Amino acid sequence: MATTLSSIQAPVSTICAFSQRPHCPTGTQSLLFVSKPSNYVIFAKTSYSFKPSKIRPITALRATPSSSPPTTFHGQCYVLGDNIDTDQIIPAEHLTLVPSKPDEYKKLGSFAFSGLPTSLYPIPFIQPGTDSTQYPIIIAGANFGCGSSREHAPVALGAAGVRAVVAESYARIFFRNSVATGEVYPIELEHEGVNKQCTTGDIVTVDLDRNVFINHTKGKEFVLKPIGDAGPVIDAGGIFAYARKTGMISSMV
Amino acid sequence: MTCGTALLSLSHWLLVLGISSLPHPLPEISSARASLFRVPTHHRHTLPSPSFSSNPSTPLHSCKNCKRIFSDYIILYSLPPVLLMAATIVPAHAAFFGAKKEIGARASFSPSISAHRCRKHALNKVLAVMSPTQPSRAPSTTGSVKHGMTMTEKILAKSSDRSKLEPGENIWVNIDVLMTHDVCGPGTIGIFKKEFGKNAKVWDREKIVIIPDHYIFTSDERANRNVDIIRDFALEQNIKYFYDIKDLSNFKVNPDYKGVCHVALAQEGHCRPGEVLLGTDSHTCNAGAFGQFATGIGNTDAGFVMGTGKLLLKVPPTMQFVLDGEMPHYLLAKDLILQIIGEITVAGATYKSMEFVGSTVESLNMEERMTLCNMVVEAGGKNGVVPPDETTFKYLEGKTSLNYEPVYSDESAKFISEYRFDVSKLEPVVAKPHSPDNRALARECKDVKIDRVYIGSCTGGKTEDFMAAAKVFLASGKKVKVPTFLVPATQKVWMDLYSLPVPGSGGKTCSQIFEEAGCDTPASPSCGACLGGPRDTYARMNEPMVCVSTTNRNFPGRMGHKEGQIYLASPYTAAASALTGYVTDPREFL
Repeated sequence: MATTLSSIQAPVSTICAFSQRPHCPTGTQSLLFVSKPSNYVIFAKTSYSFKPSKIRPITALRATPSSSPPTTFHGQCYVLGDNIDTDQIIPAEHLTLVPSKPDEYKKLGSFAFSGLPTSLYPIPFIQPGTDSTQYPIIIAGANFGCGSSREHAPVALGAAGVRAVVAESYARIFFRNSVATGEVYPIELEHEGVNKQCTTGDIVTVDLDRNVFINHTKGKEFVLKPIGDAGPVIDAGGIFAYARKTGMISSMV
Repeated sequence: MTCGTALLSLSHWLLVLGISSLPHPLPEISSARASLFRVPTHHRHTLPSPSFSSNPSTPLHSCKNCKRIFSDYIILYSLPPVLLMAATIVPAHAAFFGAKKEIGARASFSPSISAHRCRKHALNKVLAVMSPTQPSRAPSTTGSVKHGMTMTEKILAKSSDRSKLEPGENIWVNIDVLMTHDVCGPGTIGIFKKEFGKNAKVWDREKIVIIPDHYIFTSDERANRNVDIIRDFALEQNIKYFYDIKDLSNFKVNPDYKGVCHVALAQEGHCRPGEVLLGTDSHTCNAGAFGQFATGIGNTDAGFVMGTGKLLLKVPPTMQFVLDGEMPHYLLAKDLILQIIGEITVAGATYKSMEFVGSTVESLNMEERMTLCNMVVEAGGKNGVVPPDETTFKYLEGKTSLNYEPVYSDESAKFISEYRFDVSKLEPVVAKPHSPDNRALARECKDVKIDRVYIGSCTGGKTEDFMAAAKVFLASGKKVKVPTFLVPATQKVWMDLYSLPVPGSGGKTCSQIFEEAGCDTPASPSCGACLGGPRDTYARMNEPMVCVSTTNRNFPGRMGHKEGQIYLASPYTAAASALTGYVTDPREFL
């Protein structure tokens, strides 16, 4: 497994400390997010093997295992405000579902964002009768993911088909869980108010090479922050892989 | 603010940021931003550019638009890149802003001019409402300046075998206790087995505490199955502390069952000063009341700890909250923490530690201190701490046989900010729907008609909380006007309700007073409806209604129905509101 990891993740990323702004070496960014299921099978095995190989990703937007992992995400976006808490992401009544069981993982995805008040968010995140979303990218305001430490939150988003969240800022436990599970890539915006300039359904692209977020429908571009401290952990493939890489724990049994 | 000005004031920003070291080579999962918090405003407050004079005696600035006055806090906003870059080239021993002395020179702080609900949003603009006192020499010339550590830093240093460390460092920490419950336990166990192998053993069978508490008294099959999963694991691993429940129809016949994990951890002596406690629940920060580092983590991190007994943590900077003044008889710790969260907002303490000191804090008993630390996460905080003292040690007597070593912040410790409150001037507050920082005075909400009252959860379902509610009912002598649900946190609390006399009642117990007031019978101890739960959960909000609750969060749908409206309040306020049928200031009765 170590060999596979290194062949995909070459060159090894440099530590993207917060002071190295505004541009990280491109090599770093190209490794930061790998497509599902290819490297995610590896990533999943090292940290969260919720996907037995027979389960294929739902949305067509996931890249197939091929030459280089994509560093861009493209598709429709779903726009949210500030302080979207974990109860809105995945209401507590669904927490009886255990994320490490494949069928329950899928069910969790079907309830993603079912806690959003319909008066504020009339467009359903998941069409009734389906169990995954047509919005692979979330645009949000400040303090996304506040509230509970439940890992079900990023897991539900990932299971529903979300690839990346682009927010002004994150609550710390949600951010940490996103990185640890690899379910969604938590990206931060450089500036405030971007979510007010986007509408649910806009076609967008997230480009991690250039650190830009492009809203094609509105014809606007916004700057993203480099991943920062979390980079090496994501590069390694999650907390378990990182620990093995740095010698903290021995290779998996 | 131009780059030039920014660089000129570099030493100021170092003081403000408390940066004293280069980025540590071992990174950690965290937001890349410097500390920041923001509040939705109705207009952008325009405050003058920070004064870079060395005169700290101009603490008040007024917004050009609304003339509102902002007082002497240090507010950090994310710095422009040039400052971040410049910050790293300063020697590792830049002097820190020594908060205590300077702010202490000011008169006691009046909350009426705090006005931190509205704050300037502007990104990439640094705003210090009070310029820090300058050292007599510029930081770059001082050479190696010894500075102390805060409590949180010391605990993490001790647990990572380091003699010294600083905020921002990423370190591997040895964990003293790992807690999980029925909601996150199964997922954690799944990850543990997948990563370490089907036959792997946990790192220490005595350091894991498994407490079913969330979805217990329900007919939901998956919920019941989840308790079975953690039981199987506890048996397989010979886990020493597993507070099992098998007979759901009668909690009393389950001798091991405790109830709400955070209260059980305290009552069973698992919280000890100086230690590191992690739990798969956001309110694990509750245990900080014992002077330990306690925070919530997800399943993956917990699975990691289960196998290794360690976790990679980033050292948070500490915000200090000095609470002085005699506690008015109508206030409780819940009012204090709601006041603070309303002050700094739900992201005010993101990635930071909150340290609570002062004469008021010292006067609080352990359960009140727990209430204070419990809601640290509602401000985004990583952990909360209260310095341990005689109150702490007395509480622990007879509860634990393990030795512990309390630590305290050094005199010269650096805090990233300091907030002072004159508690004697505070009034009962509530958090209106739908955010814990949507603070309002209880008396200003007296026209809000309510449909029910809920007294329970780790935040407001402890013995002291029920005693407080009973006091209000006793003082009134009348019956409640709305359904009033009582959910004791643990078996012990439940027993206290039926056995302990309420002071001033002539020997009546809480349960008797509650019955006379027409409240619902105290329910089986668990997390109950604090977070909604399965549909058949007792007191769950299944229709839109208005509820005053002693719980910890009021985001949309928190207690069940998305259109439900939850007013977070102290047990005094909750009981007073039950008596009138409206949100009510407890001074009506006390």
